[in-house]
Amino acid sequence: MSWISNYVRPKIRALVTRQDIPDDLWEKCPDCGQMIFHRELEKALRVCTHCGYHLRIGPNERMRLLFDSGQFTPIELPETIQDPLKFRDRKRYSDRLREARAKAEATDAIMVAHGRMGGHPVVMACFDFSFMGGSMGIAVGEGLLAAARLACMQEAPLLVVPASGGARMQEGILSLMQMPRTTVAVDMVKEKGLPYVVLLTDPTTGGVSASFAMLGDLTLAEPGSVIGFAGQRVIEATVREQLPEGFQRAEYLRDHGMVDQVVDRRELRDRLITLFGLLTRTTPEARIVRIPEGSLKLDGPRVAGGGPRIDDGRPTAEPQPADTGEAQQQPAEKRSSWSLSLTGRSRDKASGDKTPDKPKAEKAKPETAKSDRPKDTQKGDKQADSAGETGGHAHAASADPHQAGGDDETPATDPDRRAAE
Amino acid sequence: MHFLDFEKPIAELEGKIEELRHLTDDSEVNIQEEVQKLQAKAERLLRQTYARLTPWQKTQVARHPERPHFGDYISRLVDDFQPLAGDRSYGEDPAIQGGLARFRGFSSVWIGQEKGHDTATRVRHNFGMARPEGYRKAQRLMRLAERFQVPIFTLVDTPGAYPGVGAEERGQAEAIARSIETCLEVKVPLISVIIGEGGSGGAIALASANSVYMLEHSVYSVISPEGCASILWRSGEHTKDAAEQLKLTAQDLHKLQVIDRVIEEPLGGAQRDKAATIDAVGDVLEDELHRLRAFTGGALKRKRRDKYLEIGRVGLS
Repeated sequence: MSWISNYVRPKIRALVTRQDIPDDLWEKCPDCGQMIFHRELEKALRVCTHCGYHLRIGPNERMRLLFDSGQFTPIELPETIQDPLKFRDRKRYSDRLREARAKAEATDAIMVAHGRMGGHPVVMACFDFSFMGGSMGIAVGEGLLAAARLACMQEAPLLVVPASGGARMQEGILSLMQMPRTTVAVDMVKEKGLPYVVLLTDPTTGGVSASFAMLGDLTLAEPGSVIGFAGQRVIEATVREQLPEGFQRAEYLRDHGMVDQVVDRRELRDRLITLFGLLTRTTPEARIVRIPEGSLKLDGPRVAGGGPRIDDGRPTAEPQPADTGEAQQQPAEKRSSWSLSLTGRSRDKASGDKTPDKPKAEKAKPETAKSDRPKDTQKGDKQADSAGETGGHAHAASADPHQAGGDDETPATDPDRRAAE
Repeated sequence: MHFLDFEKPIAELEGKIEELRHLTDDSEVNIQEEVQKLQAKAERLLRQTYARLTPWQKTQVARHPERPHFGDYISRLVDDFQPLAGDRSYGEDPAIQGGLARFRGFSSVWIGQEKGHDTATRVRHNFGMARPEGYRKAQRLMRLAERFQVPIFTLVDTPGAYPGVGAEERGQAEAIARSIETCLEVKVPLISVIIGEGGSGGAIALASANSVYMLEHSVYSVISPEGCASILWRSGEHTKDAAEQLKLTAQDLHKLQVIDRVIEEPLGGAQRDKAATIDAVGDVLEDELHRLRAFTGGALKRKRRDKYLEIGRVGLS
């Protein structure tokens, strides 16, 4: 008997379960229809390897892709009033909200986090299109305000990545009020002299496009994204004619002067780092001083750890003209650069370096060092960070659970159906 | 007089009264009496109807073709109105009117959507649906007001921004966004009144103000009831439900603390007595202007921002 249960049955079972090959190994490109192996697709950052079509990605994936070594600290979003109008269509809004939350494991359609890009702090707010079409209600507005306040506190640039059909109708006029509210958020950042950069992704329409999304100091867009105010069906119904080729696509907006650059997702991170660098570090990092060889002498044997090392990004308290110790220790011709940091700012690694910052470069700001720790140790990290309000659930970089895509039950998902109001 | 569907019984009564008046009969005394009786009845009916308007009925009143429009307010409220045209980049959009004027002694800038009053003017003003040029003209006029430190009054009456190919090409979204931003930035008093239809982005583009008022039977909403019904209910039959759910009436919006005050309309709606409606609006605007003049430009801007940051903490129970 035992050989039946021990040998035959497992064999049969194995034969049967062989059929259960995960069916999501291959994904079909919505544009060209080609099948792409999932690992290949992930490697290409969900850009079709055949036609370059940019598939939608969620906020987690987006942040992992943009922040240094995929590390970031999400902040807890402020609590807001739920279902203020007690709205009910074919379904209660509160039920729709509950379902969306269960599916997304997020409280609303926005995620805010801070981290580093090219070694420099950046605050990011990303929309989640899979959460009720990324529609903007009170919670999303509050999320953007929190992001703006965090950027101001950290004196960091703010990057916002909308992916939204527009306003959340079920919050009625209060969703409309998010248009001036998010505009106030943007202006707070601008008035602090900090860069506010928008990356328009598919789709950005309605009340979202007609407020903070179009107010960037710089506006980038992902290729092929639908960007516009009114939905295409509404326009078609109004003008009763065929819409022009490529209408409301990112490239079309660029050609009509509404977008600075259309950037391939695979080049996005480097491009953003360069742009942030140009906007935030506007003067040379340090005065370049050539030290004539042999003109400086060591006073005596160097005490271990006694003086700053040249590659140490540690800010020095005051300018130290031509630190003798260091010039001698590292002969000038062996250094990769001639610069000596006299301004006390860390050396820039903004050249798109994808390696994580060495912890020692973080000595100056111990409180931010945790963003460089492996994500396992970050999990459940309850430390409050420098920003004060970001005590946090640092569930960084877990696999994005949501498939980007329309949901029949979520109303604002289809930008085409958004009436032009 | 244009009667709405739900006003039919009133229309019948008033028609009867007209008929009786034109009767030349011997028993004139009797007719007089009859007319008075009917008039009293009509008024009672009107009062009852208008006291219990549903949100959908209010939407219809707000869209009433004979309601006073921007031009009516300008000709009655201000002197020396000087219309100013063009956005200095592309064109002139007659859907948004604006200009300099003297309001009860004060130089001021007036901006608002004009819907038109007959077929020709409605087409000319594109039914109050503005294109980017309109919102850019509004921004220009607001900056002008700021430069000369005169207050801004906006009168909102629009189904929404125009959904067209050209409008999209020229940056409808950007134009609205910048208009909101300009509203929030200017360092002069900015006072808005929703006089009819406050249609979504097209309305908030002019109404991000220090004080926002609504006429009693005006509506203000993120989407039209028709649009909302077609998206959420997937059918046009639920327009009334959508109007109900959206909480778009002046009374509900006051409860939600989105607007500052409801301005009463004459019995039977603004269309029955344009002059009284316009004067009532004028008085409220004058009072508010005097109150806001006490603040510096910086304080006005700060207060305006704080006001919007506060919105959204109160729900309906």
